[in-house]
Amino acid sequence: MSAVLDHGGHAHDDHAHDHPHGWRRWVYATNHKDIGTLYLLFSFTMLLIGGVLALGIRAELFQPGLQFVNPELFNQLTTMHGIIMVFGAIMPAFVGMANWMIPLQIGASDMAFARMNNFSFWLMIPAALLLVSSFFMPGGAPAAGWTLYAPLTLQMGPSMDAGIFAMHILGASSIMGSINIVVTILNMRAPGMTLMKMPMFVWTWLITAYLLIAVIPVLAGAITMTLTDRHFGTSFFNPAGGGDPIMYQHIFWFFGHPEVYIMILPAFGIVSQIVPAFARKPLFGYHSMVYATASIAILSFIVWAHHMFATGMPVTGQLFFMYATMLISVPTGVKVFNWVATMWKGSMTFETPMLWAVGFIFVFTMGGFTGLICSMAPIDTQIQDTYYVVAHFHYVLVAGSLYALYAGVYYWAPKWSGVMIPEWKGKIHFWGSLITFNVTFFPMHFLGLAGMPRRYADYPMQFADFNMVASIGAFGFGLMQVFFLFVVLIPMMRGKGEPAPQKPWEGAEGLEWEVPSPAPFHTYETPPKLDATATRVIG
Amino acid sequence: MTHSPHTAPQATSRGRRNWPARLAAMALMAATQLTWAVNDLPGGPSVLQTDLPPPATKIAAAQQDLHVMMLWICGVIFVGVFGVMFYSVFAHRKSKGAKPASFHESTTVEIIWTVIPFLIVIGMALPATKVVVAQKDTTNADLTIKATGYQWKWGYDYLNGPGQGISVISTLDASQRALSDAGTPQGDNYLLKVDEPLVVPVGKKVRIITTANDVIHSFMVPAFGIKQDAIPGFVRDTWFRAEKTGDFYGQCAELCGKEHAYMPIHVRVLPEDEYLAWADARLKAQAAKADDPNKVWELDALVARGQKVYDANCAACHQASGKGGGAIKALDASPVVLDADKTKQIMVLLNGQNNIMPAWRQLSDTEIAAVITFTKNQWSNKTGQIVQPADVLAARK
Repeated sequence: MSAVLDHGGHAHDDHAHDHPHGWRRWVYATNHKDIGTLYLLFSFTMLLIGGVLALGIRAELFQPGLQFVNPELFNQLTTMHGIIMVFGAIMPAFVGMANWMIPLQIGASDMAFARMNNFSFWLMIPAALLLVSSFFMPGGAPAAGWTLYAPLTLQMGPSMDAGIFAMHILGASSIMGSINIVVTILNMRAPGMTLMKMPMFVWTWLITAYLLIAVIPVLAGAITMTLTDRHFGTSFFNPAGGGDPIMYQHIFWFFGHPEVYIMILPAFGIVSQIVPAFARKPLFGYHSMVYATASIAILSFIVWAHHMFATGMPVTGQLFFMYATMLISVPTGVKVFNWVATMWKGSMTFETPMLWAVGFIFVFTMGGFTGLICSMAPIDTQIQDTYYVVAHFHYVLVAGSLYALYAGVYYWAPKWSGVMIPEWKGKIHFWGSLITFNVTFFPMHFLGLAGMPRRYADYPMQFADFNMVASIGAFGFGLMQVFFLFVVLIPMMRGKGEPAPQKPWEGAEGLEWEVPSPAPFHTYETPPKLDATATRVIG
Repeated sequence: MTHSPHTAPQATSRGRRNWPARLAAMALMAATQLTWAVNDLPGGPSVLQTDLPPPATKIAAAQQDLHVMMLWICGVIFVGVFGVMFYSVFAHRKSKGAKPASFHESTTVEIIWTVIPFLIVIGMALPATKVVVAQKDTTNADLTIKATGYQWKWGYDYLNGPGQGISVISTLDASQRALSDAGTPQGDNYLLKVDEPLVVPVGKKVRIITTANDVIHSFMVPAFGIKQDAIPGFVRDTWFRAEKTGDFYGQCAELCGKEHAYMPIHVRVLPEDEYLAWADARLKAQAAKADDPNKVWELDALVARGQKVYDANCAACHQASGKGGGAIKALDASPVVLDADKTKQIMVLLNGQNNIMPAWRQLSDTEIAAVITFTKNQWSNKTGQIVQPADVLAARK
């Protein structure tokens, strides 16, 4: 990102005269690369904040008994860890990648709505400040869990309203970002870049953007009803006035389940680009990958109540949601098979991006297996709301989404910054994260099977050993991200390292590698002429 | 939402200061000792338990069988897929001179690996369906018990069958909460010890109807294979037929506020004759203990009774000091408590307030009268007022 941060020093600069400098460059940013950078830095900051909250949780659970926080604060930590990681870290990080890479990958000059792009980023800052400052509000931060189940939300203090407001703002930002991405992809592709020639990352983001547009308003509705229940005497979810708390869960999870795929489909896209690049072999089954992504997105709308097996649905409801959920494993499995088939008889090398991508496939698939186990309603009766579920969704969200994000960072950072990240740094970060991640989350499967409920500030002593192991792992995992910040990220942003060639990865394909490294401020100002595969510029 | 103008709840003092020293001490502990002085709890969790608990009902056994089946299926797929992947990772390396092939699709292969997982999924769904249907069949129960979730305790009302009429409030043993606060947990049943368990007969179909008084709770007993949310304003049900006698434990499984971790479930399964004897004795004791709502009490006796009710029900939020905290209002010097119009406070207890204070209708007239009298004469509240059970009875109408 150095070339983006300091300007003037490069021969192929940059039209430095036609955009603002200093702080104005960022506050008034309309360039997709600058906004992408802002998104990525913002989401990494939120990742660290959410991580500190997680370490607060793990410190308290290191031993049975209360040591560091009281149960009120503990519930605030779990709640805000979830909200900040989902809405502040993972989602904006993918939006940042989309901003940087989609115009480059489809040969567009910028995003379709440059000023709206600026607005959708800068909306996130007040929302994030509201969320973080809620810890200092009377009664502390929201403590009803990230799912904000009624009627517990009715008991929360004023920070609940701040949280609802923040989520509304983040939602507005997401919707604007999604519309921007959809319009960019549909209208601004270079001639010859037909839909079925688009890179997988672009495809997965197109589908994700539609999911976001479909479900964010549903979340907005759920939390608005919560707000009016709290203040304006309505009783949507308040049983004291005849409302139905379970209706809240249905509405929330109608948003919440597609949300899971919003956080994983772009990850599939990133991995689908990195694996062929380092196997030096085209992606196996491109068409079926696109169809599988679309099927996952469509099925994601009809499985929401598998989060609610314990609420006591009728038997037909349980069966329907169990079958539909199991069905989702088929297209997801197809994707894994396609990645493995892409690797098969390739000519592989294992630079850092490939390590993260293979790590993703391996560990994410374990999260997929536990998801299949959770989908089976009778087993779910045992493990719903236990640490098994905590283990499951961290396997798909950390080892899934976050690993893919890191894969993408290592893959595209040379294009962003103009310098190569030394391999030893990336390898320490990868192996350290992989080991500590599993030390943290694998024992949680055992805790869940043994019946330890989630969101517990204290627990029976029989659970102590695995909790201690998990806490040690968590601090190690946190340390690896601090390593990334100081040893990988900051030196790279300062421009330290070998200058990156235009195409640093031998087998990489796509239009992003047709522009110099670092990418100039403006790229593809006139639509490029593409070859038949739409991966090379021929004039 | 109303909220008192207090600051965020701070980590209350005891045992939480000086945490760097504690951290060091804990690191030392971790290095020297990886097991605590604790044994397996029969019917509850075991040390280093890595699987579902030993089943005590047919349903729990069926769930365990399904889980074993799933582990096998997933294990085989795992070995198959990652066997291929890691073979490829080691064999198809550029450094070993591997030349990339150029194939990138095969409709046959793709159809095969879509159809096979689909068949596997059907194979998983069939046995699961049977268990779902069995789990949901709550008909023909021998005994029906209503489990009500309160913040933060369980109430059990025996509605139908032998023992009908028994009412039990089951609260975490007070010593456990103190041990937790002090950071000095001990005992095999730490956080699982209650004052009064739920008692049921062995071999009988027990239907549990769940509901809640304030927020959603969840009634879970892993050894029975049941977990059913308890939802305010709604009733749901589940069932179990315990195959063996003994004590079985569970905990609240749905986040229900700050004391979520402190409302365990303890089920005692007795042989039928012992159960009948227990039920008989319990009903007699309950009748003997029942208060006459028309009895007129002396102030001191009522305050003493109220102190017990307060400690068991109110102190978790309003604190022993009556100062409350955060969104919890103070009772000490509260205008409602000090008000000469007694009905104001009675109505708050009967109906709840602002969604934060739950309704306490489940307490008896005498208990409500006692606890109100207690708060009106405790701390700086020296009103000398006395609320008689008859006042509460009148307000209920």
